[in-house]
Amino acid sequence: MEKDIGAVKTTHGGHCHTGALALDVPANCQKIVLVGNPNVGKSVFFNFFSGLYVDVSNYPGTTIEISQARYGDNAIIDTPGIYGVSSFNDEEIVARDIILSADKIVNVVDALHLERDLFLTLQLIDMGLPIVVALNFMDEARAQDIIIDSDLLSDLLGVSIIPTAAVKKQGLMDVEAALSEAREGHQDPFLHKRLHEMLSRVGSQPEALMVLEGDPYIAARHGVEPVDDREEIYVHRRERVNDIVGHVVHEVDLAESIRQKIGRLVLNPITGVPILAVILFGLYELVAVLVAQDIVGLTEGTIMKGYWEPFIRGIVSPVVSQSTPLGKILIGEFGILTMTITYLLGLLLPLVLGFYLALALMEDSGYLPRLATLVDRALNTIGLNGRAVVPIILGFGCVTMATITTRLLGTEREKTIATAILQWAIPCSAQIGVIAVLLGAIGGLYTLLYAAFIFLTLVTIGTVLSKWLPGKTSPLLIDLPPLRLPRPDNVVRKAVTRSFAFMKEATPWFFLGALIVSLMQVSGMLTAWQNVWEPITTGWLKLPKETATAFVMGLVRRDFGAAGLYAMHLTPMQTVVALVTITLFVPCVASVMILFKERGWKQAVPIWFGSWVLAFGLGGILAQILIRGL
Amino acid sequence: MCLDQVKTGDEIIIKEIPDSMAKTQFIRFGIGEGSTVVCHTKIPFGPVVLRKNRQEIAVGRELARTIRVERRGNGGKGHRRG
Repeated sequence: MEKDIGAVKTTHGGHCHTGALALDVPANCQKIVLVGNPNVGKSVFFNFFSGLYVDVSNYPGTTIEISQARYGDNAIIDTPGIYGVSSFNDEEIVARDIILSADKIVNVVDALHLERDLFLTLQLIDMGLPIVVALNFMDEARAQDIIIDSDLLSDLLGVSIIPTAAVKKQGLMDVEAALSEAREGHQDPFLHKRLHEMLSRVGSQPEALMVLEGDPYIAARHGVEPVDDREEIYVHRRERVNDIVGHVVHEVDLAESIRQKIGRLVLNPITGVPILAVILFGLYELVAVLVAQDIVGLTEGTIMKGYWEPFIRGIVSPVVSQSTPLGKILIGEFGILTMTITYLLGLLLPLVLGFYLALALMEDSGYLPRLATLVDRALNTIGLNGRAVVPIILGFGCVTMATITTRLLGTEREKTIATAILQWAIPCSAQIGVIAVLLGAIGGLYTLLYAAFIFLTLVTIGTVLSKWLPGKTSPLLIDLPPLRLPRPDNVVRKAVTRSFAFMKEATPWFFLGALIVSLMQVSGMLTAWQNVWEPITTGWLKLPKETATAFVMGLVRRDFGAAGLYAMHLTPMQTVVALVTITLFVPCVASVMILFKERGWKQAVPIWFGSWVLAFGLGGILAQILIRGL
Repeated sequence: MCLDQVKTGDEIIIKEIPDSMAKTQFIRFGIGEGSTVVCHTKIPFGPVVLRKNRQEIAVGRELARTIRVERRGNGGKGHRRG
């Protein structure tokens, strides 16, 4: 969980200090750091070097996950994909710090994008770090008739260049063998004098370069003024890269590949919007139909309710009768061992796994940046740019996680808008799953009604905030990686890792929620609570008064709240009203904690109370229109 | 002219990127002032997608408005400035 980030080991001797991370390896170990642009296949290299035991943890103070592992007596550390070393965002800061602590660098470059990737390579060489370059996707380059003279490239850079096709396991052993000859490359003579001067002041060449390139953090660390030569150095480095690429790359055929053609179709709204519709429909079929109905029907109905609950009741009830308070807490209607376990394993687990599989497919195919481009204009109207599509999609997975990724957005204004939208109007995967089950039972028209209402609310919130908050939206400027067929093993690994992390985080809250509701039930408070809320639930929302229970549960976790509606008998219209209300209702405890941490109480308090007003206000209006009588 | 006025298929030279952060990012992606790029796709009212060799970059419309470019020709698509 994000809260554990303070627990950084600082012991000496027995640990290898991998930046601010700690790993149990001998004190004299070497840190081998994998560095590369996004989507260059770095993870395949990491998996090759790391073997089975991988430690994945948040980098202290951030939510960026860093994978590290032992590699013989040494440590291998992965870094986030970056286009250059500096400190423009969290990912770059983390990558920069790990790179600064490295003993050796394995720089993975994409043979199809040498012009882009060698910029980072030259920067690493200018930092004076010993490196080995893995020239990846050589198989694809060959297939596209791109000829790369890797020997000449090696001569020009002064470091070993190992051609690889990592996915096909080609060249990985050669990279491993080349590690022993990792060396500093040919540094730019243009930088020499300046680097030398700065080196005498900060004591390390990598940091000296960072200061010259205007990195304010590194400069502050050494108490020197940042020298802003960045633009000059960058322009010069870019010229060197172009010169090198001009010498080593020979392209025979420049015709547009099929992949580029598909990439273009995805971007063009005329074809791109239908493609998006098909993808969304596919996701709906996967998550809401296959997983939420068929699989959940099996896991929740058959396995958990059919076998698990009778089994556990059979064990517990001879010891603790179900009619006693303790019995109710353990195996009653909201029992810790009955309902909670059933919801967690039967309902939540398959849904979350289904969602993360879908997300990993979108990520690994290179679709997300194209989607960001396609929706940039639409998001502009609600004061965001295309990049915000990432937190919003992540929000459909877990609002807590998504709220933290709003940090990636350019301005405070965008962060506020995105956070408000996430906390108010985006249901998380677990909640969507439960909602999908409930909506699936009442039919497509009601689903449409629900979706349209939530969508309208989201657009209205965004538009109002965008008009009301001062400032401007930052412009979109992103790299579109080539479309690639996602690799099943990578997709599954990603989805399983994330689902596990999600379940680990969600489980205690579910037990807490069940305990609270059970205690309220046992003490009679639940009935009292239902009566207090009766004017609102039955009078205004026109729902049975028992729905108030779902709102208690919803205070703890959103999906838990929606799950609370599961056992009730509602008419289709009541279901829509209840779901709209529970969707707009306050986010789960974990995400509220993150909300306060990220946005401060001045924004968090209005957002939290706003959700009460929104949920009961809009839910009630909908009820007054849709439900007559009762 | 500015980048938001180019047409799909146009070959253009980037003349000036006034915003310093945007310029830095462009240089990393492989495009500097003086680079020749092709307008790969233009999303109506939305971003302009540039291509240089295999590199594709999406530039938001607002940012595109600030970038000064010069047309070199078009890729035989026969578009004319309207």
